[in-house]
Amino acid sequence: MKNDYRARNHPAWWAFLVHRLSGLALSIFLPFHFWALGQALQGEARLNTLLRWTEQPLVKFAETMLVLLLAAHLTGGLRLLALEFLPWRGWQKSLLGWAAGAALAAGLAFLLNLV
Amino acid sequence: MNMLQVSVWRGAASGGYRAYDVPREESQSVLDVVTYIQRSIDPTLAYRFACRVGMCGACAMTVNGVARWTCRTHVAKVAKGNAIQIAPLANLPVVKDLVTDMREFFDKWARARGQFAPRSTRKDDFARVASGSPERVAANAGIECIGCAVCYASCDVVSWNPDYLGPAALNRAWTLVNDVRDGARGERLAAVAGDAGCHACHTHLSCSERCPKNITPTASIAGLKRAVALAAWKGEL
Amino acid sequence: MSGAGQGYAARPVAVSGTSAKTETWLWIAQRASAALLALCVLVHLVTIIYAVRHGLSGAAILERTQGNAAGLAFYSLFVLAIAVHAPIGLRTLCQEWLGWRTASLNWCITVLALALFVFGLRAGWAVFAGPA
Repeated sequence: MKNDYRARNHPAWWAFLVHRLSGLALSIFLPFHFWALGQALQGEARLNTLLRWTEQPLVKFAETMLVLLLAAHLTGGLRLLALEFLPWRGWQKSLLGWAAGAALAAGLAFLLNLV
Repeated sequence: MNMLQVSVWRGAASGGYRAYDVPREESQSVLDVVTYIQRSIDPTLAYRFACRVGMCGACAMTVNGVARWTCRTHVAKVAKGNAIQIAPLANLPVVKDLVTDMREFFDKWARARGQFAPRSTRKDDFARVASGSPERVAANAGIECIGCAVCYASCDVVSWNPDYLGPAALNRAWTLVNDVRDGARGERLAAVAGDAGCHACHTHLSCSERCPKNITPTASIAGLKRAVALAAWKGEL
Repeated sequence: MSGAGQGYAARPVAVSGTSAKTETWLWIAQRASAALLALCVLVHLVTIIYAVRHGLSGAAILERTQGNAAGLAFYSLFVLAIAVHAPIGLRTLCQEWLGWRTASLNWCITVLALALFVFGLRAGWAVFAGPA
């Protein structure tokens, strides 16, 4: 038999899912990011055209989500490194809260600076 | 009388849930419920238990979606209202009803080199292991495993990669890696390396969350990850 | 030596045919690149949040970056870590969620790593060194 969501419904499993999905989303975004930066080879004007396109609300929203995902992948990754490389202690359970909090703070800081 | 609505898996890999009404008792364990069904309602129900006191590891089942030792799980703790769903453990082939085939689970202990390989003979003096030494402390943390397979059934890496040795076997290997009397460290680290070994663990922590003995197999596996990586770094793997 | 487990192979061979030693090195590479990325992403995030304060313009970006050799060196290291980290992670995902465990996966992942590295460096060159 297979497990369903009831077996998985605990904080560390959700942390895993966030880590995997954010990693996947960032990997898909990377080629577009590199392509966009590469437009600078065709001069500043081309870069400006692209940046104007990013001023649309929907794109800004997507950018904020990407910053949030990057921050979540960073803090979640630091948590994993701590779990794997530091001696096991009870405090490591609370790492999850810190990781989530720091990621949200980064996303919020971006959003506040953006608008 | 206050009745429990119990839904129990009947059949093998294919089958379905059947409903039973079981009288609600005080201090009733999930194993009590299963036993009541088998003795008073349907004698064809197959399940497994032995000690009834949390020592033998035979009675683990999936209760309301979560793997648990049923003899020490109170109905009051897991019932949703008056309803309980009982299924065989996940990640293991079902023999009949609530009985799973544990062969693959225990074969993996052997594959992870879960056997003690003594360095000395009976002619040598007793080994003296200080109780506070780091190795002894690390081994102690994992040594109380009763082999119930709750961790194995809860592990998604096992579901996604059926070759994965799983939390219990790797935890066992880690206790032996820390046994200073053991002489098979190199072979054991090689046995727990690779696609199906310790590095496949994703730190979901499901094993540690569900272990009825409060062992943290994730920590043992992390220890193996470091030891195997160090061995590879030194060219000893 | 021990008795009960004598009949068993030392370990199951990875389905994709990758050796235990290679799998271990992939794990080491994944964790080492993660540690490097932790630093790079932190710098990247701070830069992003700082840079968007007054809105982005091509001139503002290129003014900061053009001819910045230290920036190019940092960015190249960043790209290298990404080209190691992302493909290894995607490889595991493909194995576990798609059941893709043949040798073809390893080839695709290698090509992806090289492509990310080359296009990442090109992007860095574009921003830090300017129009060719």
